[in-house]
Amino acid sequence: MSGKPVLHYFNIQGRMESIRWLLAAAGVEFEEKLIMCQEDLDKLKNDGLLMFHQVPMVEMDGMKMVQSRAILNYIATKYNLYGKDMKERLLIDMYTEGMADLFELSFKVILGPPEQRDATKSLIKDRAKNRFFPAFEKVLKSHGQGYLVGNKLSKADILLTELMYCVEEFDASLLTNFPLLQALKTRVSNLPNVKKFLQPGSQRKPFTTPEMFEEMKKSFKF
Amino acid sequence: MAGKPVLHYFDGRGRMESTRWLLAAAGIEFEEKFVTCPEDLEKLRKDGVLMFQQVPMVEMDGMKLVQSRAILNYIANKYNLYGKDTKERLLIDMYTEGMADLNELISSLIITPPDQKESKMNLIRDRTKNRYLPAFEKVLKGHGQDYLVGNKLSKADILLTELLYMVEEFDASLLANFTLLQALKTRISNLPNVKKFLQPGSQRKPPMTEEKLEEARKVFKF
Repeated sequence: MSGKPVLHYFNIQGRMESIRWLLAAAGVEFEEKLIMCQEDLDKLKNDGLLMFHQVPMVEMDGMKMVQSRAILNYIATKYNLYGKDMKERLLIDMYTEGMADLFELSFKVILGPPEQRDATKSLIKDRAKNRFFPAFEKVLKSHGQGYLVGNKLSKADILLTELMYCVEEFDASLLTNFPLLQALKTRVSNLPNVKKFLQPGSQRKPFTTPEMFEEMKKSFKF
Repeated sequence: MAGKPVLHYFDGRGRMESTRWLLAAAGIEFEEKFVTCPEDLEKLRKDGVLMFQQVPMVEMDGMKLVQSRAILNYIANKYNLYGKDTKERLLIDMYTEGMADLNELISSLIITPPDQKESKMNLIRDRTKNRYLPAFEKVLKGHGQDYLVGNKLSKADILLTELLYMVEEFDASLLANFTLLQALKTRISNLPNVKKFLQPGSQRKPPMTEEKLEEARKVFKF
């Protein structure tokens, strides 16, 4: 069609949201084919488009890309958001993998048993406040630069900003003691592409609650 | 010490085993410092060498690397096991992320509650036989080459071999119909560095036992 990437996923944040953030921040317009029911998903599988029978899947550059980390790494490399050398890549990977741990906990709130939801939410708050945010604040403090790695916007800054918005949904006060993180969040949010993405009507998905997910599940067999 | 990488982890496979495989296959000698009691982990944390208070941690090239995927990517990059360009990297990432999902599933069996063990085993069998092994067999069939990507040994081949040994340990009959995967497993296993790693007395770790799991629970408090 138009050569724009096409994102195949459910109408929720889930494992596609980081990809939406990264493309948006890179100024890359994309289309979405939302999977609204089991038949939509089955069609993708039966057409052989999903290497491991799963979404996210992104059609881009003539390929059907799957696995969110692979997709994020490809986009980051293509749009110069992955540092300038091996050592910068390593730092970006280390930081984004730490962020992924916290994102996984947020998925667990939605996907895990209802009776464990409160415990998981407490764990998210605890880990954010005592493990992850201090680590990233320390990075920014150590070099005093505006971005996490190499004094330049990278996948790490964009995903950390996404993470901060996510964690805020659990407890808005969590960023209180992290002035450099707050400054980074503001700085990245004010970049023209990100600012646009943060406005109502963009392709950004609303914060997914367990109730929203339960409702969505009704159209599927899982 | 002599500049060899130093691996800090529990004396078991866990999240360090893939790194051991990759270093060994690359012909890189490494040392290990085992975390055997909670105090060992506390000491590493107090010394400030664990960015997110967790192991695996690998001391290498003057850095303290954490997060297993970041570590694997760095090693793959450094030793030319990550393809020749962005597209090959993408394929390698897609494949290894799929492998990580199955690896995680198989590894989780030992901590699965007894009443859920049988359904977990059925899930592993189903996913192995109907999702993951067919996907990788199809890749090899598609290009007819000896290695998964770019006709050259990469992180993908090494980690797939590791995974195939795990599958074999779980249920050897699952490999039955996958002739190209069996050939890859044999081919990689016969590479001199890998052959050495597969011999008794190497740094390769045995499968987790209930006893080892209890030890791990004490150290990591889960």
